[in-house]
Amino acid sequence: MSTLHWAMVAPFMLALFVPFLYKHVRSIHTGWFILPLPVALFFYFIRYMDIVQQYETVTETVPWIPSLNIHFTAYVDGLSLLFSLLITGIGSLVVLYSIYYLEKEKEKLHHFYVYLLLFMGAMLGVVLSDHLITLYLFWELTSISSFLLIAYWYKRERSRYGAKKSMLITMFGGLLMLGGFLALSVMGDTYSIRELLAHSSTFVNEPLFSVALLLILLGAFTKSAQFPFYIWLPDAMEAPTPVSAYLHSATMVKAGIYLVARLTPIFALSPLWIWLVGGTGIVTLFWASFLASRQTDLKGILAYSTVSQLGLIMSLLGIGALAFHYNFAENIFIVATLAAVFHLFNHATFKGSLFMVVGIVDHETGTRDIRRLGGLMTVMPMTFTIALIGSLSMAGLPPFNGFLSKEMFFTAMLRVLEADIFSLETWGILFPVLAWCGSVFTFLYSFLLISKTFLGEYRPERLEKEAHEAPVGMLLAPMLLALLVIVIGFVPNILSDTVLAPAVYAVLNGLFKPGEGVDVHIAHWHGWTPEVFMTLGVIAVGTVVYKTFPKWNGVYRRLPERLSLNHLYNRLLEWMEKGSFALNERYMTGSVRTYLIYIFTAIIALLSVSIVLKGQWNIEISRFAPVGIYEIVLAVVIVAGALTTLVSKSRLTSIIALGSVGYTVALFFVLFRAPDLALTQLVIETISVALFLLCFYHLPKLRDHGKGYSFKLTNAIISIAVGVVVSTIAFLSHAYKPFESISQYYVENTYEKAAGKNMVNVILVDFRGFDTLFEICVLAIAALGIYGMIKLRMTKEEKLEK
Amino acid sequence: MVLTISLVILSLAMLGFLYRVIKGPSVADRVMALDAMGITLAGMVAVVSVLLKTSAFLDVILLIGILAFVGTVAFAKFLERGVVIERERNR
Repeated sequence: MSTLHWAMVAPFMLALFVPFLYKHVRSIHTGWFILPLPVALFFYFIRYMDIVQQYETVTETVPWIPSLNIHFTAYVDGLSLLFSLLITGIGSLVVLYSIYYLEKEKEKLHHFYVYLLLFMGAMLGVVLSDHLITLYLFWELTSISSFLLIAYWYKRERSRYGAKKSMLITMFGGLLMLGGFLALSVMGDTYSIRELLAHSSTFVNEPLFSVALLLILLGAFTKSAQFPFYIWLPDAMEAPTPVSAYLHSATMVKAGIYLVARLTPIFALSPLWIWLVGGTGIVTLFWASFLASRQTDLKGILAYSTVSQLGLIMSLLGIGALAFHYNFAENIFIVATLAAVFHLFNHATFKGSLFMVVGIVDHETGTRDIRRLGGLMTVMPMTFTIALIGSLSMAGLPPFNGFLSKEMFFTAMLRVLEADIFSLETWGILFPVLAWCGSVFTFLYSFLLISKTFLGEYRPERLEKEAHEAPVGMLLAPMLLALLVIVIGFVPNILSDTVLAPAVYAVLNGLFKPGEGVDVHIAHWHGWTPEVFMTLGVIAVGTVVYKTFPKWNGVYRRLPERLSLNHLYNRLLEWMEKGSFALNERYMTGSVRTYLIYIFTAIIALLSVSIVLKGQWNIEISRFAPVGIYEIVLAVVIVAGALTTLVSKSRLTSIIALGSVGYTVALFFVLFRAPDLALTQLVIETISVALFLLCFYHLPKLRDHGKGYSFKLTNAIISIAVGVVVSTIAFLSHAYKPFESISQYYVENTYEKAAGKNMVNVILVDFRGFDTLFEICVLAIAALGIYGMIKLRMTKEEKLEK
Repeated sequence: MVLTISLVILSLAMLGFLYRVIKGPSVADRVMALDAMGITLAGMVAVVSVLLKTSAFLDVILLIGILAFVGTVAFAKFLERGVVIERERNR
């Protein structure tokens, strides 16, 4: 194993020791033991920057199941490095923040940090895996650890609901994604993403191409909370705030983004991909930013805002895929990918800090409801500053980093209009329009977040605690993130060559000529371009919308709850539960007769269908033996006995008639020269008739069941059909004998090799004695069972007597 | 030929007994008919053995004799006492 592999599994290994640390070192907050690991990993990954900057990659392989061609392959390029740095960097800050956020005495810290480390390791595995199956493994691990983290306060009902919801939706997507991966590996005949990328151009015409595309996209959309699968993310806000900050803003929800970015070179040639990724993204952006403004819970606002920003990144990735369709020197769609990667990074910084701020507000005031908060600006100046920076960046205002990526977003969306394929020249106008409207709402909720929490008058009587500034340790992590927001805002090109350019190079794999790099230049000012006017428009309209918000926010109440996706999800679950319950109730009646009807009907259906489809109808009469008078007479007797058994009104008659059938069978054995069978049949028949008589006394009178005509008719139809089908099969199979019987061997060797003259008995105990052994076993078990049943009942009676 | 005729006659007798088994009217009638059927069966097996020129079925004839006796006794006891095997009283 290389150091890279050790870095990937280190969180899992540390997770093993967390409970011991928690139990034995109670005086120190467990988080302090965790903190060094993400920090060390962060600096470890920083070292890869030098390699990645040269557009080189690192691949390390450890065989896992070599016979199935499954390997634990780690792969570092620009994209995975960007994600690794986000995961470890924000991971460190979140651990630091959680040390102050979670109390040492009250909380089960060992649970929290085990889950968190599991998540961190899984997430690193997702972004560093080159192998589809290991990628899927880590993907599911993130789902599971996220489930555990959301339900961290498992005694709350809402937490359990949110955890279940996110589990169901992300697992649903994950499983579909596995299907997509398998389809992809069938197409490319390899599991390695790198090798798939290398010959991706041949995939477009494969029959499985669209299947793989749709399934993988479903996986990515459910994980990244895209429309209509975003509904789990707002409910996941029941998790502790560090979790929300880490998983549900910066890392896990970006796993879907990562997947889409990673597989873009494979699917980009398909118009379906561009429309699905771009269209879903832009719809999500608009819809979630619209919904975010109506939330009253701070984390609710941030959750919808995360959904909306993820939609933004997703739509940029969709548009960025257009770059594969044009091959001129000034490829105008590369900027979309660059904007996606840049905003991905920016969003992680400002959303992480905003979540931490909200956590601080919650921690220091006891509520997150914006109707109860207000006027905290003077009480919590530091928190306010951080929140202001984060919100303005989120709204896309200069001089923060959100402005830069939003500007690039507008550029990319406007350039869609220049595309002349896949009916983008007509419907493409939706992209800039929805993007602009979404940005107005983003502006609105960012300002609502600030004004409702920090502006206005301070009303301590509404709060559960006396509000005061948070401790420095808690402020440290959001401060660092806010600092990053500002630094990138002012010096945007600090990252371009080291991180962003290699990431763009990785997303647009194969588009650039060898040795050629990506030209990244981010600047605040481009001149009087349409983007600037769009931003000015957003600010102007956004201000108006914000000022008039109380007048028109009644529109949210007009949105019918019945039509919401949450309602749909709840009803769907309810409907599935009730439906399957009703189905079970309906067909599992508990009556043996019903089950027998199912079984016999299935037998009739399967056999008759296969007879009709596969039947060999060339019956050779020559095979049939001549029918003698004895056989006819005996057959008449046996039919009469069987009919009597059926129609008799008393049980005794039935038993006797059944006995007569048994004896006639014995006579048949005589007629067909089977003396041993005849002997056994006679004895067994007598014993079983005697047993029937033994039970007779305890049995109720044979009744008509009183079920009427249709009851009997069903029975009659089914029994006649079974008889007809089985007779037909016997008839057909008798006519069809492809080869001779092997009995000649027994005839020749019974005396020669086994020293017996009775062939039946020699077969039973010599040639095929094994069957006999286990039939003896069956009889022994039956006897013991009967004995046990009788004896156990007796002891119970004795107990009762006592 | 003679054998065949006798076999047919025996079979017809069997059918007659079977009619009695089915028709009743009392259980004792049925048991009697069944007993007679058993003995007829033994006769049929004997005739068939001669027809088939084999002595392999002589055991069967003996067995039918025993079983018919045992079965009839069991039935008779059942009809008389209501049970076939009585439980020992002083155990």
